[in-house]
Amino acid sequence: MAEFETHDYDVVVVGAGGAGLRAAIAAHESGAKTAVVCKSLLGKAHTVMAEGGIAASMGNVWPEDNWQVHFRDTMRGGKMLNNWRMAQLHAQEAPERVWELEEWGALFDRTKDGKISQRDFGGHRYARLAHVGDRTGLEMIRTLQHKTVALGVDVFMECTITRLLKDGDGIAGAFGYWRESGRFIAFRAPSVVLATGGIGKSFRVTSNSWEYTGDGHALALAAGASLINMEFVQFHPTGMVWPPSVRGILVTESVRGEGGVLRNSEGRRFMFDYIPEYFKEETADNEAEADRWYDDHINNRRPPELLPRDEVARAINSEIKAGRGTPHGGVYLDIASRRPAEDILRRLPSMYHQFKELADVDITKEPMEIGPTCHYVMGGVEVDADTQESIVPGLFAAGEVAGGMHGSNRLGGNSLGDLLVFGKRAGEYAAQRAATHGAPQLEGRQVEAAATEALLPFQRERGENPYTLQYDLQAAMQELVGIIRTESELRSALKEIVALKERAKNLAVEGNRQFNPGWNLALDLRSMLTVSECIAMAALERQESRGGHTRDDFPTADEHWGKINLVLTQTNNGDLQLDRKPLPEMPDDLKQLFEEH
Amino acid sequence: MPAHELTLRVWRGDQDGGEFVTYRVEGQEGEVVLDVIHRLQATQANDLAVRWNCKAGKCGSCSAEINGRPRLMCMTRLSTLNLAEPITVTPMRTFPVVRDLVTDVSYNYEMAKRVPPFTPAGDNSGGKYRMQQRDVDRIQEFHKCIECFLCQNVCHVVRDHEENKQVFAGPRFFIRYAGLDMHPLDTLDRRATLQDDFGLGMCNITKCCTEVCPEGIHITDNAIIPMKERVVDKQYDPVVWLGNKIGIRSRTPREQVGPYRAPSTSEDYAKAALGLAPPPVGTDPAPNTTPPVDEALDGKVANLPAMPPTLPRSATRGAGAAATPAGGRQGALASGHGGAHADAGSGLSAKDVAPAAAAAGGLAALIAVILRRRR
Repeated sequence: MAEFETHDYDVVVVGAGGAGLRAAIAAHESGAKTAVVCKSLLGKAHTVMAEGGIAASMGNVWPEDNWQVHFRDTMRGGKMLNNWRMAQLHAQEAPERVWELEEWGALFDRTKDGKISQRDFGGHRYARLAHVGDRTGLEMIRTLQHKTVALGVDVFMECTITRLLKDGDGIAGAFGYWRESGRFIAFRAPSVVLATGGIGKSFRVTSNSWEYTGDGHALALAAGASLINMEFVQFHPTGMVWPPSVRGILVTESVRGEGGVLRNSEGRRFMFDYIPEYFKEETADNEAEADRWYDDHINNRRPPELLPRDEVARAINSEIKAGRGTPHGGVYLDIASRRPAEDILRRLPSMYHQFKELADVDITKEPMEIGPTCHYVMGGVEVDADTQESIVPGLFAAGEVAGGMHGSNRLGGNSLGDLLVFGKRAGEYAAQRAATHGAPQLEGRQVEAAATEALLPFQRERGENPYTLQYDLQAAMQELVGIIRTESELRSALKEIVALKERAKNLAVEGNRQFNPGWNLALDLRSMLTVSECIAMAALERQESRGGHTRDDFPTADEHWGKINLVLTQTNNGDLQLDRKPLPEMPDDLKQLFEEH
Repeated sequence: MPAHELTLRVWRGDQDGGEFVTYRVEGQEGEVVLDVIHRLQATQANDLAVRWNCKAGKCGSCSAEINGRPRLMCMTRLSTLNLAEPITVTPMRTFPVVRDLVTDVSYNYEMAKRVPPFTPAGDNSGGKYRMQQRDVDRIQEFHKCIECFLCQNVCHVVRDHEENKQVFAGPRFFIRYAGLDMHPLDTLDRRATLQDDFGLGMCNITKCCTEVCPEGIHITDNAIIPMKERVVDKQYDPVVWLGNKIGIRSRTPREQVGPYRAPSTSEDYAKAALGLAPPPVGTDPAPNTTPPVDEALDGKVANLPAMPPTLPRSATRGAGAAATPAGGRQGALASGHGGAHADAGSGLSAKDVAPAAAAAGGLAALIAVILRRRR
């Protein structure tokens, strides 16, 4: 029998990024005894990397803005595949969530009349993003972190959850290990909130950190929950491309929001050549109008650099493929010739710092070289829009790990709002469930099985190096399931993943359990392989191009596919099952918002 | 710099001891130390313990000492090091080793729990708060902190004095305090806590923290020194001293401002400024002459545009701002003890202020303070 410590809580939140902390605060304030469990130290979660801002229609810069416009932008950005109810709740509640952060000590940049300043971002009709220079995520996570600590919520830092535990059909808790000691730990709780973020580490070029291994997606599947929209992966148009060691690190969309433009090696502002029919009416078709727009949104149309991310990423990809890329295989992002150095330093300080320190590039004097980087997964746990509860009673999901809100493509700035709005909702409903359900039973058999499988890599004398396996998985996903996809490559990817899963059965690690990254990676790889397979399967199934899913062999959006969600579940023997499910129907009053424009 | 082999000396071990292990690892053009550590981990030392997250200088996880210098590994480019010599990588020395390059930084998280939290005046539903950019600029500098704890690591008060960790919070928390104290809407006075429980006085401003800050925060100049001035104002201000002596002030600063004290008059004023409640009864100063000075207020409500006429902007500001350029005790006296330290480096200047109002306000302010304390 494996040794482990047990802790009893009403609500256990897995993940300490924006969604996790907001959920924990909400659960605590609803009266639940709450714990947060996270793989890194508190305050280091990926939210800290968010740069641009929080989209919320406060109307501080453009009084014309309101939730209906935000809702419409979000749905159009997601090519109408979004869960309409989530998009509605998000647009309606985001402003209050931002003001609440301010009440907890966050200091956003200000307008002249002392309100929270709002900046332009791709796909948003009005300047809508509350921001702090280009380090909004840091401000947000610090504010939530301080609040969590002040409330006295228990935080289990550097603790990894490897399995969810069940009591009959419902959730009973979670099992994992302390990274520092390698010792096992079990939580008994009637409600578990997954807030584990995304899956980017399955790709070679990504803006995501080591933590982004799709843990929550895999945990949910194994516990009987369903995933939706997994084929939609966002490649952010602007990641660093040089030097090689920083390839993929994010360059904020704010650079374009603040006036930066994209040029190819011939100096052409090529985005004017890539305006899709869908966005023609709202996009400027000449430089003069595009430049006037920054000061006058009402009488001018948006520059094409601020099209939704999927459009811009595809355009950059095409330019590079056509041989009009930069020496290091990107395109140019130029703010130096567009704005005074002083403004750049004030509005984009960490971008200046990042390029100066890591690439020897002074962005106030020279253009940056950028290219697409895997950034975000739109797909995730299928949840009820209002409560964020999955089909497993007691299992909730919020933030990037939840699916539906962003449809086929997320607009910049909608992620931070998503974390706050649905983090709060998940925490509240998790607390509510805990209040009406007694302590569940922990089944010894489940705990024992979880402990045994976690120790398997130590049992093997000679076996596969987990780092090598991770490298090979990333290469396969990057090459075969990347920004442009096609049937033959997706089939190869699936074959490759099956082979990798076989190899994973032979992973071996050296050393002991105490803070051993090799062992930790060996366990994380299970999640990475599962989500990779989900992405490839759903990508093969969806025979159209939409948002963050582009099929070379089906290059256009298809009306029929526009009404279908792909849903993945895991069968008892561990195989993945893919089903089609009709999209929830939008009520008429909301439909009207799309006809008026 | 083309790809080539370099020599890495990495400290490996745990709390029971350890040693330097020398490795030959490939380094490539444009790489940082963390890249080489990762390559080492992937190829030769799978179990090498190291913390990292963003790899872009934003999360503050990969702090270590590189050739003896406290640095972020992700922001230390190989091209800045002498690669003919071995590169030495050791864990931060001030914190107990967990394993290899990973240290137990729980001291910092314990200190964080002791910080009296942000306590604003009034709620912000519907977005009522108003602050000017120039008033948040200086605090935003402190909010840039990525909690790499390099400043804590290099601070000599705790670096070789484990016992001081009980009574000394360290530079990271001094900027945290400064950020709270200078927040235009905060109502708590944390000065006594800062001095008595967090050891601000133990810092003798050697600026080691400022030198290692990867975010370039002016920890010493913009946070520690202004906070020291505020504390000194409180403890040694002759007016406060006199007030205590003759019994018209409560006995000790501690009694007035202990941690987690419920906001009193300052909150009432700020609420009034937000239009949430009438100004506190009986404390209405005459417009433009008598600023309502409260030690916990620090002229903070001055930044709220929605102020009622009883809180004249120029007068309230004047009490604080006039003192800075004048640099004299005159200003400090004029504001009781609340204003003189309020604006060190805030970007406010005398031209914001009607000097006459400040001067005229001085004596009246003092009287107002004394009278209010008496109640």
